[in-house]
Amino acid sequence: MAINWFKYSAPTTFYGLAGKLVPWFAVASAALFAVGLYIGFAVAPMDATQGEFYRIIFIHVPASILSMFLYLIMAGYAALGLIFNTRLSAMMASAMAPTGALFAFISLWTGALWGKPMWGAWWVWDARMTSELILLFLYLGFIALHSSIDDPRRADRAAALLAIVGSVNVPIIYFSVKWWNTLHQGSTIKFSGTSMHIAMQQAMFTMLAACWLYAIAVTLARVRSIILEREKQTKWVSELPEVAQGEGKQ
Amino acid sequence: MKKLSLFSLLVLVVRRDLVLAMRCRTDVLTTLVFFVMVVSLFPLGVGPEADMLRKIAPGVLWVAALLSSMLSLGRLFAADHQDGTLEQMLLVPQSLAVLVLGKMVSHWMVSGLPLVLLAPVLGLQFDMSVEAIGVLMLGLLLGTPILSMLGAIGAALTLGLRGGGVLLSLLVLPLCIPVLIFGTGAVGAVTASLSYSSHLSLMGAMFVLALTFTPWVTAQALRISME
Repeated sequence: MAINWFKYSAPTTFYGLAGKLVPWFAVASAALFAVGLYIGFAVAPMDATQGEFYRIIFIHVPASILSMFLYLIMAGYAALGLIFNTRLSAMMASAMAPTGALFAFISLWTGALWGKPMWGAWWVWDARMTSELILLFLYLGFIALHSSIDDPRRADRAAALLAIVGSVNVPIIYFSVKWWNTLHQGSTIKFSGTSMHIAMQQAMFTMLAACWLYAIAVTLARVRSIILEREKQTKWVSELPEVAQGEGKQ
Repeated sequence: MKKLSLFSLLVLVVRRDLVLAMRCRTDVLTTLVFFVMVVSLFPLGVGPEADMLRKIAPGVLWVAALLSSMLSLGRLFAADHQDGTLEQMLLVPQSLAVLVLGKMVSHWMVSGLPLVLLAPVLGLQFDMSVEAIGVLMLGLLLGTPILSMLGAIGAALTLGLRGGGVLLSLLVLPLCIPVLIFGTGAVGAVTASLSYSSHLSLMGAMFVLALTFTPWVTAQALRISME
């Protein structure tokens, strides 16, 4: 039997698939969050140098990792949409942007909360923090451009081009910020060389997996809304049970 | 019709845009006055101590150059878009990327080059040394074209949108950060009597990179915006 690889690249079929997947990812994410937070707060020992403050890394590190990966994945989807002219890819890209921006913001916020007791300052012009801030700006630019263009096709393509230009620029920005920082004030505080305790690692990886699943669940849920919004004039949407019911009530 | 060579097409576009710019000189001059004004505001804000001014001078001049180039970018394609010239340009059988490059060059000659020439005067206001001013000019000479080229992408993407000007800055400013860093870094290196060549080499690399890709990307962006 030949498998049709592109079956789910059409919004019509993907809408149903996403609907089936969302609860699974959401439940798995919630469970992993519970386990990760339990290990992080109850099992993992206190850090020798940082005391209890270090525990914020269980959300800070996954959020930072996710914010960077989501931008690349978003740019990848955007490029797919631009090259092959597929509708769903562009919808996925715009569904991912708010989640990515949220993670970038969480990463900055938790970083500031950690920095105040550890470094004695809410904000330091450290290379990583600065590039995270710029990443947040790039996300905001993507969202702003997409939402200020009324025609969805043009919005998709313009934002896709911006995302690609941004992803080419990300390494340039990262290294320039890194060199700028080292030129100005020498190396700043780094993580101590000690290897992490096994429970800390477990907590961190569990939280990372939980964040991934959360991102997938939210993206799928959001892409379903986008599909409905874009395809609202089509027949298949009006025949959906949830849509037909809603109209019946009115 | 005789088919133009790429170079003569480039010259044609540059000359046309320069003539247009000279016909409405106030647009050009307001950008320059804005640059001078922003730079002059800083001493009033932070105080007249010469040491402090010397220290912040490269950053102030570069940030002011960035802002004033944002100011003029909105006009890069807007007038041609309004009177329909841009549509005709998209229909031209020659390469759109070269056409766009011509517009970038003329934009730089009108808004970037005057900043480079004005910089020494403002540098003297900030008590910069002659050597530092030389490096600042060199950096601006390499960097302002990059600003015009990156900005053209944003200008093409935001063509004809409401609130286009502010949106343009939001899109383009983060991309310009490396230029700012190396431009001010070069001047900082001179004042610390270190070698500034690495900063300017990196800036040169970015210039070549931008020159290779941005005309093409801008051409794509224009096609997206005009379809």
